[in-house]
Parts: sequence; C-alpha cells; structure tokens
Amino acid sequence: MAEQAAVNPGGEGEGGPLRASDLTRSRTRTAWLLLLPTLLVVAVVAAFPLGQTIYLSFTNERLADLQGPEWIGLDNYRRLLEDDDFHNTIWVTVRFTFITIIAEFILGLVVALVVNSQFKGRGLMRTAMLVPWAIPTVVSAQMWAWMYNDIYGVFNDLLNRRLGIIDQNIAWIADPDYALWAVAAVDIWKTTPFVALLLLAGLQVIPEDIYEAARVDGANKLQQFYKITLPLLVPAIVVTLIFRTLDSLRVFDVFYVMFGARRDTMPMAVYAQNTIVAFSRTGYGSAIAVAIFLIIAIFVVIYVTTLRVERS
Amino acid sequence: MPRENPGEIQRLIDGAVNGNLTRRDVLRRAVVLGLSIPAIAALLAACGDDDDDDDDDDDGGTGAGGDATEMEGDATEEEGGGGDTGDFDFSDVTTPPEVANADTASEYSGASLTYYGDGVGIGNDLDLAMAQKFTEATGIEIEVIPRPQDATETFSTYQRLFQAQSGDMDIMMVDVIWPGSFAQHLADLSEALGDDAGSFYETIMENNTVDGKLVGIPWFGDFGMLYYRTDLAEQYGYDGPPETWDDLEEMATTIQEGEKANDENFWGFVFQGNAYEGLTCDGLEWQASAGGGTIVDQDGNVTLDNAEAAAIFEKIQGWVGNIAPPGVTTYQEEDARNAFQNGQAAFMRNWPYAYSLGQGDDSAVAGNFDVAPLPAQSGSDHVGTVGGWQIGVSEYSQNKEAAIEFAKYLTSADVQKWRAIAASFVPTRPEVAEDPAVIEAMPFLQSLADVVRVVRPSTPAGDLYNEVSTAYFQGLNEILNGSDAEGSVSDMAGDIEFILG
Repeated sequence: MAEQAAVNPGGEGEGGPLRASDLTRSRTRTAWLLLLPTLLVVAVVAAFPLGQTIYLSFTNERLADLQGPEWIGLDNYRRLLEDDDFHNTIWVTVRFTFITIIAEFILGLVVALVVNSQFKGRGLMRTAMLVPWAIPTVVSAQMWAWMYNDIYGVFNDLLNRRLGIIDQNIAWIADPDYALWAVAAVDIWKTTPFVALLLLAGLQVIPEDIYEAARVDGANKLQQFYKITLPLLVPAIVVTLIFRTLDSLRVFDVFYVMFGARRDTMPMAVYAQNTIVAFSRTGYGSAIAVAIFLIIAIFVVIYVTTLRVERS
Repeated sequence: MPRENPGEIQRLIDGAVNGNLTRRDVLRRAVVLGLSIPAIAALLAACGDDDDDDDDDDDGGTGAGGDATEMEGDATEEEGGGGDTGDFDFSDVTTPPEVANADTASEYSGASLTYYGDGVGIGNDLDLAMAQKFTEATGIEIEVIPRPQDATETFSTYQRLFQAQSGDMDIMMVDVIWPGSFAQHLADLSEALGDDAGSFYETIMENNTVDGKLVGIPWFGDFGMLYYRTDLAEQYGYDGPPETWDDLEEMATTIQEGEKANDENFWGFVFQGNAYEGLTCDGLEWQASAGGGTIVDQDGNVTLDNAEAAAIFEKIQGWVGNIAPPGVTTYQEEDARNAFQNGQAAFMRNWPYAYSLGQGDDSAVAGNFDVAPLPAQSGSDHVGTVGGWQIGVSEYSQNKEAAIEFAKYLTSADVQKWRAIAASFVPTRPEVAEDPAVIEAMPFLQSLADVVRVVRPSTPAGDLYNEVSTAYFQGLNEILNGSDAEGSVSDMAGDIEFILG
C-alpha cells in the first residue's frame, strides 16, 4: 500500500494514460493478493461443497454403495418434476412462509414501536422481549408440542375446561386443519423478537427533530407514523423481510420435531434430509437441495430488484 | 434461522473438519443452529471418513425406529431365579455366566475386538461385564463402544463404517430390520452356529437370513402386545381381554362412556399413530390380524392392496377421536405409555418395555393391568410385529473368528437367561423363554407364547426398506387423519411398487 501511495502523485503528467493503467494493474494485483486468503476459505467451505452437491445431483449416488456414483444426467431433475411429494413440500413451505412473515412483521412492528417509546422499565422490556428468541428451536418446539397435547396440554385445559371456548379438546398438531397454524404459531412466537429487534434498529436512526417539526406543523400521531416513520423505516423493513423469507423457506427444526416424517406437513428441507439420511439417496437428495437453492434464489432476485427500485 | 450462536457454529465446523462428529451429528447440529443447506452440505463434505466417533450421543432419539427394544428392567429388584445351572445366581447384574465356548475361543487369545454394543444404561453395564468375563476366560481383548441410542443414528454410523470397508468395527448390534440393508457387509454365521441354529425362534432366523446367508444371531426380541386394565374390565363386567378387534371396540366404548364421567380425558385405546417406524409395526399387526396379509411378501411382491387391509384401516380410522384420542395420530410409544400409565386409557398397544415401567412405584395403574395377545378378527391369528436386536460380525473384521466366538457367547442360552432375569431382555431361544425362572420375571412370555410373530418386509426390500416403510406409514397416517382407506391403500401399494421397481 505504501508503494502505491508513493506512485499515486506521479500519476498525473504526460504519460497519464499509460501510467494510470500500470497503476490499475498493480492495484488489481494487490487487491487479488489481499483477497486470496478469503477466496481460498470460500472455495473450501462454500464453493467446493456446493459444486459437489451440484455434481452429485447428476448422479445416482447412494450412501453405503460400494460401486460409487454413476452419471445419470438429468434423470434426478426429471423425477423431481414429477414428484408430487416434493411439490407438496414447496406448497407447505411457501404457505408457512407467508403466514409467518405477515404475522411476524405486524407483531414485530408493534413491539418495536412500543419498546422504542419512552416508558419506565424500557431496558428490562427490551431484554425480556428477546427470551423466546434465545431458546433453541428444538427445545421450544418440544415445549409447544406438549402445550398442544390433546390430553394434558395447557391450551386445551385453558380453552376447554377453564374458559369453555371450545367444547371438546382439539388435537392441535394431529388435526390437518390446525397443524400448519400450530407450527406457524411456534415460529411467530420465536421470531417476532428478532423482527422487532431489526425494526427497532431502523427506528432508532430516525432523527427526533423530524418528529418535532411534524408536531410544530400540527401533524397527529397517525400522520407522523404514515408520513415519517414508515417511509424512513423502509430500508430496515426490506432487510428484515429478506432475512425472514430466506429463513422460513429453509425451515427444518420446528417441523422435524413436531411432525417427523408426516407428509401433509413436510417442508422442503425435511424432505431433502429424509431423502439423504433415511433413504441414503445422496444423488436425488442433492437434486432436491439444488432445487431448494434455486427456489430461494428466485425470492432473492425478487427482493433485490424490489430493493433497487426502492433506491432509485 | 439466524446465525444465533457463532461459538456453536465454530465448534461444529471444528468437529466436522476434525472428524469428531458423525455426518448425522453435524447435520443435526447444523440444522439446529440454522445454517443454510449449502453450508450444511459443506460441513458434511468436511466430515472425513474416519471411524472411531459417536461417543457423545445422548439425544432422546427423535423419530427413531419403532422398536423400543431397550428394556429398562429394574435389575436389582428381581428375586433370585434359576438354579438349574449349578448354584449360579441369574439375577445378579454384575456377574455374567461362564463362557461355555472358552476352549475354542482361547485359540484366538491375544486378538482384540471392537464391539458396538448397547447405549447408556443397563444394557451398557451388562455389555461391559460380559466383555470383561470373556476376556478373562479367553484372552481376547474387547473394546466396548456404546452405539448411539437413536437407532436411525446407529444405522448411519454403521453405514459409513461399512462404506469405508473399515476394520474398526468387528462385531455389532443389528436391528431386526437391518439384515437386508447390511447383508453384503456382514459375515455369514450359519457355519459357525451349526446345529445350534435350530434352537432359536425360526421367524427371527428367517429374518436374519439373506440369500442363504445368516447375517446375525438373534440376541433379544420384542413384539407388539395388548395392555389392558384388569380393574376396569371387571368393573364393567368383562371376564377377560378382547378376542377380536370388534370386541375391543365394544369394550373400549363401554368403559370409556362410563369413565368419561369421572375424567373427561379418559380414552378407550391408545397406540402408535405418528408417521414413523412405529406405525409401520402397528399397521402390519392390524392388517395381518384381520386377514389382510403382509405389506410385501418374501418374494418381493407387494401384497398390501386388498380389501381386508383397507377394511381394518377404515375401522381404526373410525376410532380416532371416538375411542382413541384425536391426537393419537401423533403418538409414539412414550405418548401412549404416558396416557395408559396415568390411568387415562383402558387399552394400549405397546412393546414389552412398558410392562416393568407400568408396574413401577410411580405408575397409577400398577397391579391393575395385564397383557394379552393383540386382538385378531375371527379366522385370523393373533399376531405381534417382531422387533429386537441381533449380533452381527463385520465382513471387514481382521479377527472374524474371535468375533464369532464372542457373538456365540453373547447369544448363548445362559447369557440370555441371565439377561432376561436380571434385566428383562426378551430371550430369542424358546428353551430360555420357557424357563420357569424367566417366566416368573416376565409372565407375559408364557401367555403370549402362541402369538404369531410377523416381520416387517426388511429382507425383500433390502436397502430400500426405509423408503418402503416410509411410504407405508405416511399413507397409513393419512388414513388415520381421514383420507379414504381404500384409495390410500392402493396408492400406498403403488408407491411401494415404484420404490421396489
């Protein structure tokens, strides 16, 4: 770097274009040199396995198969197009994603606005709000599964025996009509704090004097929210939505704990895991993983283009 | 999921790269930490093919196989039994019987073996004691490695060792549904066993024989049975357990109607209805005991699609929410046992392990229940799905002969009797199962002796068994949840045909 700095001032003069090109080249070289360690790490931990997954998706590789993988071209992908079970997992995952993101966004925004306002015990509130987020998903999923139990679960006890809202116990997890909502509730409970935290960070960078000016101009609270808070919060909202969408699309643990290998409530990631681990079909499982990757990529592209529009 | 815990992720990466974790461990932990699929794939690829791991498995086994084979007998409570082999005390957990084949085994003195035995708990204690006894008698060193408690996890551990053709595992426990998958990696034991082969239950021997090759010696067994409340049966005027499924329906309806007055959450019948291996076991019992035959016959033909099977599934579908709790379609063994043991069910289908637990101090039904064969529709046999574990020897072992000797010791009549009396492991030799001292410890062995043991189609399906079973239990779970039985049975059969191709 020091060398470059020394060369830089001499860059202006007659030999300008030539010298500048030299400089660019040398800068590029240094940049590559500095990037090399990172690139190596990325190659080892990301590019290689990703490449291997893509390669395996074109083979009939099975675990514990002594023959080794055989190239079968697009067969796995052809099968994937006809695999109703996989199509169902996409549908389950997308529905789950929409339900949870809408609910988490609305609740998270409310929570963020509340803890952003001035009140006694705000610090305590901000800490307490994070508790669901701090519990490992496997643990919270099991906890909720017990609470949902049809015989001794607390929800049935509360709604049926104590409040009398329902007249007989409901099997929240077992009943196909409730199952997806039940699992969505666990995710909403757990992840709303995370959404609130991201939105809170967005709220805190909005300068107080804008509100002051608004008050002077006679804007009421609702107008302040729609004209100031919401527009200025858009960058934080977009980041939050991207985060949550991608997370929801590859949801695994909460479904795995609550439903195991049940077909009508299986998300994409559980299907891939089941194919690779229980069925030992590494080849087909890799094709599923690649498909999940592509589906998530579609959502990323949608978001990124929306984000660009937002900026211009 | 967010990147919630960088420390955990780092540890996971280290574990994966150094090979301290199995692929499955890595997968599970990575998933818990919320890593993306490509990241997980990276970690899995980083897992080397090295072998001696798996000593940190203490998870409760989510969704594992339906064979809750580990019997948690309270070993110390048993009264002294036996006595017909001299004055040997078969109820002492710390002292295994003498090594009958010590003379032949001593030829391989100095060899050392690695044995993948039972996980933590009483099973592991017995393993250590037997290994020590065997070493003293023969000079063959044995390293006992507790296998992962979760059967599916054990399966993938073995799979990796076999794929690498590793000599690091000489002898191991083999689940009853694995012989088909692992046959090519396991040594043929028929010659070593010789005439003794005839003294094991024939169905289990058949199950363990793949293309004429005996891949495992039966070690301890398991089978489905009906638990019923004797006090309630008497109170409502019944003089015994139900004979047919129709009887069970009628009794459960009557008892439940009466008991609902005291406890709104009382149910007639609980079983394993969750979409997992356990439902395959239950479903096979239902169809076999109602004239519906098997899922796949021994020649690999799919025999599931028949009217009798559809009819019994439809009957049981009708029970869900009526005489079985609506949540039964998510129940595994322990959920059913909880309901029964808390006094909230009149009947339960479960494995023998629930017997000693049900008689325990913390059980609400201790002394008020008994076991009987599962009901069968008239004209059909009473059946029970076979579970249990075998002892297998790796084809890649450097000390195959020594390993076979140890396998013979583990499965010998004396050892089985000792394990049965001291720790409630169900013997796989009829001669041991009929021993008065063993029957005293496990009375149901006698009352259920005539039950036909049905096997899951693991032999004809081979390494496609998990897929076949999954197609079966997923379809059955959908039937229980309300889908049309006849249509589903035919879909299930179609799926299984496609898998077996």
